[in-house]
Amino acid sequence: MSIRNVGIVYRKELTEALRDRRTLISTILVPLLLFPVLSVGFGSIAVALVGKAKEETPKVMLRGGQDSPAVVEGLKKLDRIEIVPETSNWKDEIINKEIRAAVEIPAGFQTDVARQKSEIVNIYNYEGELKSEFAADKIEKYMKDYRDKVVNERLAAKGLPETVLKPFEVKRENVAPPEKVSGAAFGGIIGYMVILLCMTGAMYPAMDLTAGEKERGTIETILSSPISRMHLVLGKFFLVLTAALGTAALSVLSMGVSFSVLSHYTGQTADGRAAAAGFILKLGPKTVISVFLMALPVAVLFSATLMTIALFAKTYKEAQSYLTPMTFVVIIPAIAAMLPGVELTPKLALIPILNVSLLCKELVTGTYHWNFIAIIFSSTCVYAAAALFLAIKMFQRESVLFRS
Amino acid sequence: MIEARGLSKHFQDKKRGEIRAVDNISFNCQPGKIYGLLGANGAGKTTTLRMLATILEPTDGTAIVCGYDVVDHPEKVRANVGFLSTATALYPRLTSQEMVEYFGRLNGLDEATLKKRVDDIFNRLDMNGFRDRRCDKLSTGMKQKTSIARTLVHDPPVMIFDEPTGGLDVMTARTITAFIRECRDSGKTVIFSTHIMSEVERLCDTIGIIQNGKLLAEGTLAQLRDKYSERDLEEIFVKIVTPHYVIAEAN
Repeated sequence: MSIRNVGIVYRKELTEALRDRRTLISTILVPLLLFPVLSVGFGSIAVALVGKAKEETPKVMLRGGQDSPAVVEGLKKLDRIEIVPETSNWKDEIINKEIRAAVEIPAGFQTDVARQKSEIVNIYNYEGELKSEFAADKIEKYMKDYRDKVVNERLAAKGLPETVLKPFEVKRENVAPPEKVSGAAFGGIIGYMVILLCMTGAMYPAMDLTAGEKERGTIETILSSPISRMHLVLGKFFLVLTAALGTAALSVLSMGVSFSVLSHYTGQTADGRAAAAGFILKLGPKTVISVFLMALPVAVLFSATLMTIALFAKTYKEAQSYLTPMTFVVIIPAIAAMLPGVELTPKLALIPILNVSLLCKELVTGTYHWNFIAIIFSSTCVYAAAALFLAIKMFQRESVLFRS
Repeated sequence: MIEARGLSKHFQDKKRGEIRAVDNISFNCQPGKIYGLLGANGAGKTTTLRMLATILEPTDGTAIVCGYDVVDHPEKVRANVGFLSTATALYPRLTSQEMVEYFGRLNGLDEATLKKRVDDIFNRLDMNGFRDRRCDKLSTGMKQKTSIARTLVHDPPVMIFDEPTGGLDVMTARTITAFIRECRDSGKTVIFSTHIMSEVERLCDTIGIIQNGKLLAEGTLAQLRDKYSERDLEEIFVKIVTPHYVIAEAN
C-alpha cells in the first residue's frame, strides 16, 4: 500500500510535469539545446572570427630603419602585412585600431648587427586584441628568423657547426594514453556539468511541487487524502530526482553529440574542441556508470534540499528568490574542483559537492581510488539521507505547510 | 459519526503571543444529520474542520471520526472523510477524470472499482461533457462538480464542508447545497461551516455557534429560537456573539 501510494503520487506528478511547458523547457529543451548552441554555435562563430582576423592584412607602422634597408625590405616583402609610414601619434592609432602594430628599428641597426653589437627591436601592439596580436606575431617571427640567419652566418664565417649553440635537444614525450590526456584536460568539466545540471534540473520541479502547490491551493486538497505525508514527500521527491538525473543525462548526451558534430566540421584537427569530442565519445560505459553512480547521492541531496527550502515559500516567486542563491553554493565548490592542482585528500573527500566533483575528474581519466570512492559515496549518502529526512520532517510541520 | 472532545488548537504568533484559535470545543454530529458551524470570519471554524479532517493536529483534546481518533489514526480518519472547501483547489494540468481517479487511487480503490465509481459519479453529476478537459480550462461550476466528485469517489461516510459556497454564484452554490442535502439523505454524517445565515436555516439539523474559538451555543434552530426568544437566526447569532466579539475587538 505504501509503495503503491508513492508510485501513485510519482505518476501523477510525472503526468503534470510532462504537461508543463516550463518544466519541459528547463528539464529537456535547455539541456538538449545548451551544448549545441554553446559549442557548435559559438564555436563556429569563434572559428569564423579568428579565420577572418587571420585573413586581414594588418597595417604595421615602421619607425626608423632608414639606415637598415635590408631589414626594411624584408619587412615590406612579408606576406599580408602592409607597412605604413611613421606618424607622431602612432600609439593612439594602435589603441584606436587604425593600425594593428608598430615596429621600431633602432638607428644604425644593420651596422651595429654587423659589428656584433647587441640592439633591441621593439614591437608595439594592443595586448589582448586579436588582430593586433596576429600582426605583432608576424613581425616577431620575421625578426627572430633574421636573428637566426645572422647567427648562422657568423658560425659559418668561423667554421663552426650549428651544434655549438645547440649542443643537445630536449624532447618531452607523453606516455599517458590519449583518453587519460584528454580526461585530465576535460575531465573536470564533466563533473562540473553533471553536478550543475543535476541542480538546475531539480530546481524547477522542486519549486513547482512545493511552493507551486501552495500557491495553487492544492496542498489542502492533497493533505485531505489518506496518503501519509512521508509517502507524499517521497512521491514528489522521486519526480524531482528524475528531473535532476534526466537533465544531467540529456546534457552529457547532448554534449557528446555536439562535440562530435563539431569535430566532424573542424576536420579532426588538434583543436581543443575536437579533442574534447574524441574524449567524450571515448567515455566508456564503465566511466559513464561510475560518474552517474556518484552523481546519484548528489542528485538526492539537491532534490531533497531544494524541496525543503522551496517548501518554506508561499509562492513560486518567493521560492525562486530562496533558491537562486543556492546556485552559487553549488557552483563555487564545483568550480574549485576544476582549479589546477586541487586534488583529493581525506579532508576534501568529506566536503559535499567538491568531493564528487574532484572524484569525477579522476573517474573520467580511468583512475579508481577505491578508498576515496567509498568515503565520498558514503558521506554523500549520509548528507543526502539527512536532507531527505529534513524534507519529510518539514512536510509534517504545520507552521511550514500553512505559513501565513 | 463525529465526536469532538475538548478540541483545542493554539498557535504561536511573534507579535500577539499564543493564539487560541480553537478553545476546548466539544460536540457530536450524527449520521444522516447536518451539523452547521456558524461563526464570523476568524471565529475558528476552518481550524476546527481542518482538525476533524486531520489536516491540522489538535494541541489539546481530540475527536473521534467513524470510530478513529484523529490524533492516533489520522490516515484512517481521512479514508472515511470527504473534505471540501473553497481552498481545496484542483490540479490544473490534470483532466477532470484524472483528478477524480487520482484521489480514488490514493483512497485505495482497485482499478475495476475505481472505473465503476468514476463512471457512476460522472453520470450522476452530468460531468461526461468535460471529463477529458484539463481542470485549468473548466468553468467555476465544472470545477465545483469535479471537487464534489473528488470527495465522493471513495464513498466516505463523513463529509466535511468548509464554507463550500464562499465566492460562488447562486447557481453554483445551489449545486453545492443540493449535494450537501443528498449526502445527508444517503445517511452520511455532514458537518459544514458558514457565515451565511440562510444556508444554515435551510440545511442544518443542529447548529453550533462559534466565536473566538469557543462554542457559545448549540441546538436545533427551534431550540435556539426558544432559548433566545428571537425568530430570526441573524438576531440570535448577534445576541450570542456580540459580548464575545466586543471582547475580541478590545483585545
